[in-house]
Amino acid sequence: MTELARKTEPAVKIRIRDLYKSFGPKVVLDGVTVDIAPAESLVVIGGSGTGKSVLLKHIIGLLRPDSGTVEVDGTAVETLGNREITEFRRKFGMAFQEGALFDSMTVWQNVAFPLQRLKKLSHGELNDRVEECLQMVRLEGVGDKLPSQLSGGMRRRVGFARAVAHQPEILLFDEPTTGLDPVTTALIGEVILDLSNRLKTTTITITHDMESAFLIGDRIAMLNRGKIIAEAPPEEFKRLEDPRVQQFIHGRAEGPLSDEAPARGARDSRDDPGAKTGESGGPSRF
Amino acid sequence: MKTPNLPGPVAGFFEEMGRFMQMVGRVFAWTPRPPYDWRELLRQMVKVGVNSMPVVLLTAMFTGMVLALQTFTVLSRFSAESFVGSLVALSMVRELSAVLSGLIVAGRAGSAMGAELGTMRVTEQIDALEVMATDPVHYLVVPRVWATTLTLPLLVILGNAVGIFGGYLVAVVLMGANPVAYVNRTFQFMELTDLLSGLIKAGAFGFLLAVIGCQQGFYTTGGAEGVGRSTTAAVVVASIAILVADFFLTRLLF
Repeated sequence: MTELARKTEPAVKIRIRDLYKSFGPKVVLDGVTVDIAPAESLVVIGGSGTGKSVLLKHIIGLLRPDSGTVEVDGTAVETLGNREITEFRRKFGMAFQEGALFDSMTVWQNVAFPLQRLKKLSHGELNDRVEECLQMVRLEGVGDKLPSQLSGGMRRRVGFARAVAHQPEILLFDEPTTGLDPVTTALIGEVILDLSNRLKTTTITITHDMESAFLIGDRIAMLNRGKIIAEAPPEEFKRLEDPRVQQFIHGRAEGPLSDEAPARGARDSRDDPGAKTGESGGPSRF
Repeated sequence: MKTPNLPGPVAGFFEEMGRFMQMVGRVFAWTPRPPYDWRELLRQMVKVGVNSMPVVLLTAMFTGMVLALQTFTVLSRFSAESFVGSLVALSMVRELSAVLSGLIVAGRAGSAMGAELGTMRVTEQIDALEVMATDPVHYLVVPRVWATTLTLPLLVILGNAVGIFGGYLVAVVLMGANPVAYVNRTFQFMELTDLLSGLIKAGAFGFLLAVIGCQQGFYTTGGAEGVGRSTTAAVVVASIAILVADFFLTRLLF
């Protein structure tokens, strides 16, 4: 994607320009600019605390940028009001880090939830669709189980099924393989690949697992200190000479990335959702 | 926008107040909007009511008993022990039943709300709701708040009855008061407004403790430790709020 792609050009599904976001004194996104084409699968890699999750949350409007824009199909997300954003989010399916399943509901109810909220289906159609989604993630017959009865990998796959249930145009995966064993990681990678191939959706995946990144991505972008420092198709990406990229791919402890060790507060945004309201969770608590 | 440099606790107080007001506003804004989740409302009412009932009744019983015991001793010093029945009944109905039930429900249901919503926040379930076009305040907070607001007065009615009965037991069985005279005194000076003021207070306490519990959970940060903090804060803040509100409501409702 070049800077030449114009606003009217249909080849851009999501356009992010100079996105800037800070929580208190900590700058998380420092001018992110990236375009995503329709049906493209973009993988965003980067170390912990480099703002990957925060970027994802801007795309879906869970966080508002301090400056810069996120446009999806030509609509600037930050200009949407509360009601419009609900409508806007129908385009999206998002799979969260640990699945974020509703633990008071069964697997079936979890997958049915977005369908009941976003679509009007008869009971039969609903049932069929839920079964179909569970099949897609290779989890037939667990519908009656509670999330607490599933393994971590299974929970995430249920999360995927829930994310694709209402047939979104854009799929967002937040660290789908973090903390899973290599076999499950490979399986999840395949499921994602399978989903995005079959559904022809635009996919953005956030990960720091290089193997699944090369497997899933049509294009890989690396986020470091709030900026995209490299982006290229997987094969080309492997050959990039940037020492930071090479250090990350090969997982070396020594190198330019380690010298700029993540500062205090470099946590995943997951631990810091209150950041959303701009507070630091400190002394105001009793 | 930079906040002015207030000392930490003061800034924290205003922040919490602001959030509380915001939460109240959102609850009122979302309440009239469909879909109405009656089943969830009922489920929450059962949860609040049934779980807290044994403790509420036990507390009311012993409060009634100790009230009778204390007032009997004191009033007998100026030969006014015949008023024990009135005193116990009025104290329970106007004041004690509502406040004590409020505090107990804050400890049971309010803390549970803080913990439940807090866990949902740190495991991103609240984000997931938003992503699936569901307002978390509408879906989670609205049913909890109204369920508690409706259930607490019901608990208080039961608490009133049990408390008055406890007073009767002590006065008649232990202190040898005349049962007929005691029952007469119990209702002689009581007016409907006494009962209503207690119930209105109970409703207000229910609303307060549920909004505070949900608010603490909703803004949880920092993983499991944060959930613990929110749970504690839900009880502490709600208890203080109930005691402060009690004074002003009593002044308002006499």
